[in-house]
Amino acid sequence: MDAVETALPTQQLEQIKGVKKAPLEEYFTSGHRTCQGCESALVMKLMVKAAGPRTIVLGSTGCMYVANTTYYSTSWVVPWMHTQLGSSGSAGLGTAAALRVLMRKGKIKEEPINVIAFCGDGGGADMGLSAISAALTHPQYNFLILLYDNESYANTDIQLSGLTPYGAHTTFSPPGKMKRLLHTRWKKNVAGMLAAGHPECRYVATVCASYAVDFMNRVRKALSIGGPTFIHSLDPCPKGWDYDPMLSHELGELAVETGVWPLYEVENGVLKLYGRTKAIAEKRARRKPVREYLIRQGRFAHFTDDDIDYFQAKVDEMWEKWLIPGVIPFRKELEQDRPPV
Amino acid sequence: MEQAQKEKEALISGSEAIAVACKLADVDVITAYPIRPYDTVMQYVAKLVANGELDCEFIVAESEHSQFEIVKHASAAGARVFCGSSGVGWMYAFEALTVTPALRIPLVAMVGNRALDDPGAFGVEHNDALAVRDLGWLLVWVDTAQEALDTALIAYRVAEDRRVFLPCAIACDGAFLTHSQALVKIPPQEWVKAFLPPYNRGDLLLHPDNPITVAPQVNEDWLMELRKHNDEAMKRAKTVVIPEAYREFERIFNRSYGNPFFEEYQTDDADVVLVGMGTLSMPVKVAIRQMRREGKKVGFVRLRWFRPFPAEELAEVLGRYRAVGVIDRDYSFGAPHVSGVVATEVRAALYPHPSRPPVLGFICGLGGREVTVPDVRRMSDLLFEAAAGRAVPLTTWVGIRE
Repeated sequence: MDAVETALPTQQLEQIKGVKKAPLEEYFTSGHRTCQGCESALVMKLMVKAAGPRTIVLGSTGCMYVANTTYYSTSWVVPWMHTQLGSSGSAGLGTAAALRVLMRKGKIKEEPINVIAFCGDGGGADMGLSAISAALTHPQYNFLILLYDNESYANTDIQLSGLTPYGAHTTFSPPGKMKRLLHTRWKKNVAGMLAAGHPECRYVATVCASYAVDFMNRVRKALSIGGPTFIHSLDPCPKGWDYDPMLSHELGELAVETGVWPLYEVENGVLKLYGRTKAIAEKRARRKPVREYLIRQGRFAHFTDDDIDYFQAKVDEMWEKWLIPGVIPFRKELEQDRPPV
Repeated sequence: MEQAQKEKEALISGSEAIAVACKLADVDVITAYPIRPYDTVMQYVAKLVANGELDCEFIVAESEHSQFEIVKHASAAGARVFCGSSGVGWMYAFEALTVTPALRIPLVAMVGNRALDDPGAFGVEHNDALAVRDLGWLLVWVDTAQEALDTALIAYRVAEDRRVFLPCAIACDGAFLTHSQALVKIPPQEWVKAFLPPYNRGDLLLHPDNPITVAPQVNEDWLMELRKHNDEAMKRAKTVVIPEAYREFERIFNRSYGNPFFEEYQTDDADVVLVGMGTLSMPVKVAIRQMRREGKKVGFVRLRWFRPFPAEELAEVLGRYRAVGVIDRDYSFGAPHVSGVVATEVRAALYPHPSRPPVLGFICGLGGREVTVPDVRRMSDLLFEAAAGRAVPLTTWVGIRE
């Protein structure tokens, strides 16, 4: 008997060389009710465009459930199923397990089928984290978990999540007379944590849909490599972040250019920075001040210069003091963390 | 049925009997997460998998919530699935338990009945399984290891029937059934194949060849209609599919359970009857035999199917007696007449019946406390008092330290 059970074959999806080579077919189409300028809707569209028609998508509760699947007007061309808020990991695992056993027993035709389970930041970084972590330890099942992170519970009036940035104004962290900043926790490093803690997981990446071809290629790599994989996407949200919807792409780019959102992938345990992030790390590009990113968003309108400086200092720390810039947070010496009071 | 092969007999526990049923039913995906006393079933499943006797995906999950969500999705993709839990573990999965019937997932689960924390107690109490009584689960209580095995097979047949497509929980009293061994007849594979058709999800299958959207938001537009569909499925289970399954079971396995919904013991000439679920039938039957020798005509009705609830059939039977006593191994705080769940249901079932005997509720055997023969005698004495028209409390805690 095999000591380690091997994964089923996966679809070998070729990398897309340039936007003109992207497939024309859409599998996430009309019928949804997302906001103007919604980057998460773009994430859904690019994700399934990259994956193609032999794909099952599982969506945990969140705005990409509520806005996309109104009864009788689904926007999904591929099979889609709702899963509970904290269950994207379980949904991917259960579906992949069923496909594996049904093919082994000859109950369905044997072929590679992509399984993608997505979750928002609440479902991915908060209540669903344990299920995702558990799912990533099962190397014999092929599925991708995609976390679309718009940094709040955007479906229920913009409440703060474990991935809401420091100091941001949400309905659970309004700036007040006594407390200017009600939310003083720093954003969790979900992709880093999952990459570091799950040695059997062969692919972890961060992405941003402002870079559409890079985005689709990360999805294709994740689906082709086999076993459970994880992608964390930062999605600007006009409603939650409070900016003009025409600026969505620009904000995604600024998140990367300011170093707030580093782009990297961990493939078979090897870490690579890519895109703009790689250019910044190699000093081919300048890291823009976070001020440019923060002042465009109403959720930071209450920030003082001190707050912006603190934010900048934390991002600088990520880049200058972390073991791997923007990715692995370990340091040889601990320094004191002094948020402005 | 041609009986070229014979049944084998083995000394196994209630939990092992259900594990054997999983093997006979060729279950595809099984998820496990430990909590006593249900977890013994998964220990037996794990052995069957390790020994190559059962070909399934056996996934040890990181929580009960995940455990039930994994099988929910596996079932949607066409796999026959099994899962289970006990006590607070079952409650941890509650969100997944609510969506399972709503999505028409024919999951078969074992509940090793256990008291809910706090305070911690390993022993049987029925509140865990009863908590899903209003969610659309089929709920059946079993009494012996043989009944556990047979009922698991019947549960797959009923749950996976396209006319039903609802999950089914098999409630087994913790310790008394999960951990006690008895001689069990194990049917040959061929008989099970003849009894249990393959799981066919039809046009509800989640597969790229059948690109459907499962569980979109319906809001006020469609929710009532969908709830009504589930209600119709539950009604079909009761009137058509469950009776059909028991008839087929009897034909193929040569073993009859009589009325599928409840067992009657010495009820023919009884003056008063006790009603209960699960393994308390043993002390009740022993006590009844004693009392019969003394000329006291007591009978017993053991409920099997709690959902769907056999209201008309039960009322028809119970309406004949001078008093009815319901033994609840559960409690519903602040319920009508501060009673247990089953007593409330039995009273409701009797209400439209022309003859309505007094219904007394007995709270007994909570948290695994032994239901003793003297307890049963005390309950019967109170029933005879009520039958004679004397005032008796509607609910009595029996076997409690005063």
